[in-house]
Amino acid sequence: MSYPTKHALETPTLLSRHQGDPAVKTLEGWRGVGGYETLRHAAGMAPDDITGIVRDSGLRGRGGAGFPTGLKWSFMPKDDGKPHYLCCNADESEPGAFKDREIIRWTPHLLIEGCLIAARAIRAGHVYIYVRGEFFQETVPLTDAVTEAYEAGIIGKNVMGTGWDCDLTVHFGAGAYIAGEETGLMNSLMGNRAEPWAKPPFPAQAGAFGMPTTVNNVETLATVPMIVDGGAQWYRQWGTEKSPGTKLWSCSGHLVNPGNYEFELGVPLSKIIFDVCGGAPGGKKIKAVIPGGSSTALLAGDELDCDTTYEGLQEAGSSLGTASPIVMDEDTDIVAAMRRIAQFYAHESCGQCVQCREGTSWVVQILQRIEAGDGKPEDIGTLYDLCEQMTGRTICVLADSVVFPLKSSLDKFRHEYEAKMTRSPMVAAGAAG
Amino acid sequence: MSRRVHPAVVPAQPFHLATREAGDGPVLTTDEGREWVETAVSRYPQKKAALLPLLSYVQSKRGWVTPGDMADAADALDLTPAFVHSVATFYTMYNRRPVGRHLIQVCTNIACFLNRGEEVLERFLEETGTHEGEMSACGNFTVLEQECLGACGFATVVHVNEKCFENVTPEGVGAIVQALRDDAAAYPNGAARAVEGGD
Ligand SMILES: Cc1cc2nc3c(=O)[nH]c(=O)nc-3n(C[C@H](O)[C@H](O)[C@H](O)COP(=O)(O)O)c2cc1C
Ligand code: SF4
Ligand code: FES
Repeated sequence: MSYPTKHALETPTLLSRHQGDPAVKTLEGWRGVGGYETLRHAAGMAPDDITGIVRDSGLRGRGGAGFPTGLKWSFMPKDDGKPHYLCCNADESEPGAFKDREIIRWTPHLLIEGCLIAARAIRAGHVYIYVRGEFFQETVPLTDAVTEAYEAGIIGKNVMGTGWDCDLTVHFGAGAYIAGEETGLMNSLMGNRAEPWAKPPFPAQAGAFGMPTTVNNVETLATVPMIVDGGAQWYRQWGTEKSPGTKLWSCSGHLVNPGNYEFELGVPLSKIIFDVCGGAPGGKKIKAVIPGGSSTALLAGDELDCDTTYEGLQEAGSSLGTASPIVMDEDTDIVAAMRRIAQFYAHESCGQCVQCREGTSWVVQILQRIEAGDGKPEDIGTLYDLCEQMTGRTICVLADSVVFPLKSSLDKFRHEYEAKMTRSPMVAAGAAG
Repeated sequence: MSRRVHPAVVPAQPFHLATREAGDGPVLTTDEGREWVETAVSRYPQKKAALLPLLSYVQSKRGWVTPGDMADAADALDLTPAFVHSVATFYTMYNRRPVGRHLIQVCTNIACFLNRGEEVLERFLEETGTHEGEMSACGNFTVLEQECLGACGFATVVHVNEKCFENVTPEGVGAIVQALRDDAAAYPNGAARAVEGGD
């Protein structure tokens, strides 16, 4: 496979510009393209000035929730005398997303640079890059880059001779989707089960090791250097008022050209799916697309004209999430697909909240029996009830994450569920009565 | 050429090279093990934070994590064995029984599911003559069903120990398993992708 995937749309390539060039994996290569100059500059800046630029740029977190990055950083206390931490979330476990992987393995020095600039802004003395344990091959370039950067005096004591100290450690997870949730991640980093905690305390008050902590996604942090370098207004020339800049899109499922592509925010989803990814193989029609990774509501094939901004996808009834469209062609069995998605969440529920622990398993059981043709007349109603029970009542939003795809599939493809019911004589009788 | 390794990256070594050099012997209580633990611990403000890296280190030396290893980990980090057990069982990557020399993990999550991931899994089970999670009699294979492996655009995604195979089709499975059988001697320390499975 060749990375990154090129495309013909007129939109700038900022974040992924150096992906595919093995030379920039080394310190020498990274310096050759101007690398670490922004860090040198930022290491001498006042932390609040860095935060100010990022806030003005309108950058929103790329880990799924789209929270404004500068605002998040401004929650970190000042002059509290405590150690602060930055956690870089490289858990990349949302099904459909595979973008952070490209940043880690092609431009590890870009990520290190972004991490250190962010650490400066939030007054952190130690950065932990939490990488999902399954990315062992992918992490080798990153660990090599960290070793080189330490040896060159870029990380550690007296960063680039500026008198500022900042450490960085690469830490491996061990297989748990829930370790991607920010409080679950910090628990996991501390050596615990990756169980999320109820907020407050918020990470900026008491996060990793009980100290003020910021958790940011890999792509968010990799975007920071160009913003600090180019300025807020420069970054805002792309995208919209509420969704500035560019974004990596991980496109998967039934596509002729799946892969990662960078676009200015706002390109119509249909353009991404048809013009860039070539639509479904064999000229098949597209039945549905889950636009933002498996935790987002699905769109039917005739709802793809929306703009790929945070606000555009929200208006369309879904969300941008991790910008990872999963495409299903006309032959897809929606019930089976939902069953497989629900199995994932049932498997990954950490088990603390009853609505999530029990709810996800019940959803799987019901979908399995509908798929097998043994559905009961009341099953669709029960699924809707479960959706209700599982929304907004749990410590983290994993339970809600099942509801988005499931409920939207019931709303939009109810006929597919019903068609499977009629196979059972009991249901046929029930439906007639 | 051996790679230079800074203590900053010790907690994230490519553990899954699974050298298994420890055999049935101790891992954490050898001089090398103690030194490793000390380096890992030095990277965190609290000892306990080294627990996951430490269990991963054990697994790289043995291929799985024994109850004795958990007790040694508890000892090294001033934790109770019960706590270590509760953590080790929470994460799916820690093998709590021996696995085949080739640990084959097949993603069947949604993007791979749409690209026949469940059939790929079935084919691996057939070709290796095992049930999911069970080690083959020859000790060569264990096949596991996996959740998303973070390479969804290149479905179906299969990991064999530390190697990532992309675009695997049910038809391509036979060739991969045969290559693994042929490669049994050279494996598992090869660094590059031996086979880019599938079509
Ligand atoms: C169940 C669950 C899983 C998550 N997984 C990830 C993940 O793998 N990577 C990630 O960056 N954020 C993930 N998040 C979002 C994080 O909680 C957090 O919002 C994010 O890392 C913050 O970074 P950002 O502000 O830069 O987006 C997940 C959230 C939930 C609820
Ligand atoms: S919602 Fe689910 S995953 Fe999240 S804390 Fe509750 S049980 Fe755990
Ligand atoms: S769904 Fe298989 S790798 Fe993501």
